[in-house]
Amino acid sequence: MEQMLVALFTVVVGVLGCIAYFVGSNLLLDVIYPTSGKNSNQNIQRSSAIRPWLFMGPAIVFLVIYLVYPVINSIYLSFHGPSGKEFIGFKNYIWLAGDDKFRESLFNNMLWLLVVPAASTFFGLLAATLTDRVSWGNIAKSLIFMPMAISFIGASIIWKFVYDYRGEGDDQIGIFNAVIVHFGGEPQAWIAMPFWNSFFLMIILIWIQTGFAMVLLSAALRGIPEETIEAAILDGANPLQVFLKIQMPQMWNTIAVVWTTITILVLKVFDIVMAMTNGQWGSQVLANYMFDWMFRGHDFGRSATIALVIMVLVLPVMVWNVRNLKNEN
Amino acid sequence: MDSIVGKSSALTWAVNISVVLLVLLWTIPTFGLLVSSVRDKDQLVSSGWWTSFSKVERNLIKRSAPASEQSKVDDLYVLTGNVFGDKKGVVTAFGWRSQDPMAFIPGDSVPLRKGKMLQINADGSYLLTSPIPFTSKRGSRLFVTSIEEPIFTLNNYSEVLFAEGLGKSFLNTMTVTIPATIIPILIAAFAAYALAWMEFPGRAIFLAMVVGLLVVPLQMSLIPLLKLYTDVGIGKSYLGIWLAHTGFGLPLAIYLLRNYIAGLPREIIESARVDGANEFMIFVKIILPLTFPALASFAIFQFLWVWNDLLIATVFLGNNEEQLVMTGRLRELLGSRGGNWEILTASAFVSIFVPLMVFFSLQKYLVRGLLSGSVKGG
Repeated sequence: MEQMLVALFTVVVGVLGCIAYFVGSNLLLDVIYPTSGKNSNQNIQRSSAIRPWLFMGPAIVFLVIYLVYPVINSIYLSFHGPSGKEFIGFKNYIWLAGDDKFRESLFNNMLWLLVVPAASTFFGLLAATLTDRVSWGNIAKSLIFMPMAISFIGASIIWKFVYDYRGEGDDQIGIFNAVIVHFGGEPQAWIAMPFWNSFFLMIILIWIQTGFAMVLLSAALRGIPEETIEAAILDGANPLQVFLKIQMPQMWNTIAVVWTTITILVLKVFDIVMAMTNGQWGSQVLANYMFDWMFRGHDFGRSATIALVIMVLVLPVMVWNVRNLKNEN
Repeated sequence: MDSIVGKSSALTWAVNISVVLLVLLWTIPTFGLLVSSVRDKDQLVSSGWWTSFSKVERNLIKRSAPASEQSKVDDLYVLTGNVFGDKKGVVTAFGWRSQDPMAFIPGDSVPLRKGKMLQINADGSYLLTSPIPFTSKRGSRLFVTSIEEPIFTLNNYSEVLFAEGLGKSFLNTMTVTIPATIIPILIAAFAAYALAWMEFPGRAIFLAMVVGLLVVPLQMSLIPLLKLYTDVGIGKSYLGIWLAHTGFGLPLAIYLLRNYIAGLPREIIESARVDGANEFMIFVKIILPLTFPALASFAIFQFLWVWNDLLIATVFLGNNEEQLVMTGRLRELLGSRGGNWEILTASAFVSIFVPLMVFFSLQKYLVRGLLSGSVKGG
């Protein structure tokens, strides 16, 4: 309980601190450059040149320390040894190029990249189109969206239970194997199956992300002008044609947003792999491999190098986002 | 849309059934977890949760009372008791050899070796008699096939909350989450307003920077910050993780709030400027109250994100009782209690309960936030 009080106290101190900073610095500005009296015009100009920086100040400090500096520091660390002190040139990169586990991680990440965004978008689109056509669509949406609120590790436990495996002959308590046995198949330890286990882990992320895709795509569907659809129907288009030729083209932007957002998430996927297999049975991914080298390998250099690989993979999306922003303005 | 589908009732049915299927697929895993978490732990591992409302047939291996509890009635030594102990059940068959555990029907009195007799009744009570004293300290083995009533219990929850330390972790998670949700909001709101409505050189570059930083993988930040924290002396502490979550949450916060604030009508701000209010007054008195829906959206995002985070908590907090958060505890339990489903299911449900409540009660804001964060920003 005591630490909860500390937390609440921190909230109060933090919020008061923020308020004190913003109020205080703005007051100070008004005192230094009073907006009435002589020089008021010049003062107004000066204070309105300074004020944005007072507003932005704390945010800039945080962004620089927590996101900009680490990128630069990671590049530095990638040329240094385990403790991050001795310079070793390109050795980390050379090691990486020849490392089997790294190749496995990269390969798996690519598999995830191919499957998860596509499947989530597909199911999201399916859920959006279907739920918009039933009277209880909102309840259905809410239930499909629900996994969004569940932590990756919580979701992993949920699905580990689904995939649970008991030897043949025993009653299966995991529903997946139970269904398979019911239809005459053989129960398997799915998450211990090299190569295929990655797909069983992907299902978890697809399960979580479909709701996100559905919400965005459903809004996009509703944003399509009725007239275009009505015109197509009058011209004799069937529902499939309406969907493929009228609705889809008007949703490309949203689909791209959904796709890239999930792509970024997939590149960073960590909790699920750690909880389900911890990279065993050929299911390693970059983020978990990086974590491995950080905490078990205690090699900051190698770990930072792997993090940089993730960063490089993210870069195209980053550039794309920034360019879109420019077009928009 | 109705005009397309409404014409054919068969199609309407097909759509309804497909939605039902989708919803079932998406909810069954969580539902299974919830049901399992309140089942008796022996039943949980012996039958699927979907059978939990029907009676369970189980083959049990029990032991009779030890020799020390025997009494002498007439010329016979007698051991009595009930194979179910305090619980209730119905015996449908029993036996005394592992080769043939279902040999006899309840109520039969059957001869064992050396003149011993065994009788097990349907209610589980048993009677072992022998002309010579019993000697086994552990009791004899009794094989029974039983039908048990389904048992539902909250014991799993009390065990994880108090014995497994999840209760403490719950508090730790709260400790991390509350400041880490509230503090970024104010900082972001001011920056968002500046980016939306104030003129200053480099505004476009800062906005681009925020958008760029939105996708920077956290993995980049872990090692440099861990080293920085050690150098500065923050180490593994709540202060460190509050600051970290603030830093990592800021790009999204600024981006969401800027989109929202930039969409407010220009007239409001300009008429206030004409009236001589300075930017600070405009922000506090006019913008902040109007921005409430966006603030709520971000608060929910940040809350869910911090509550559910495992990576940052693992890196910036210690692994001790005082600092282990719920996600970290779940990970530990997965390692140490991997087969104890009663522990895992109950723990998982405790950890997802609060986010689910937040989700269902504030879903409107969450959806709004998603839409303004992604669709507009494209």
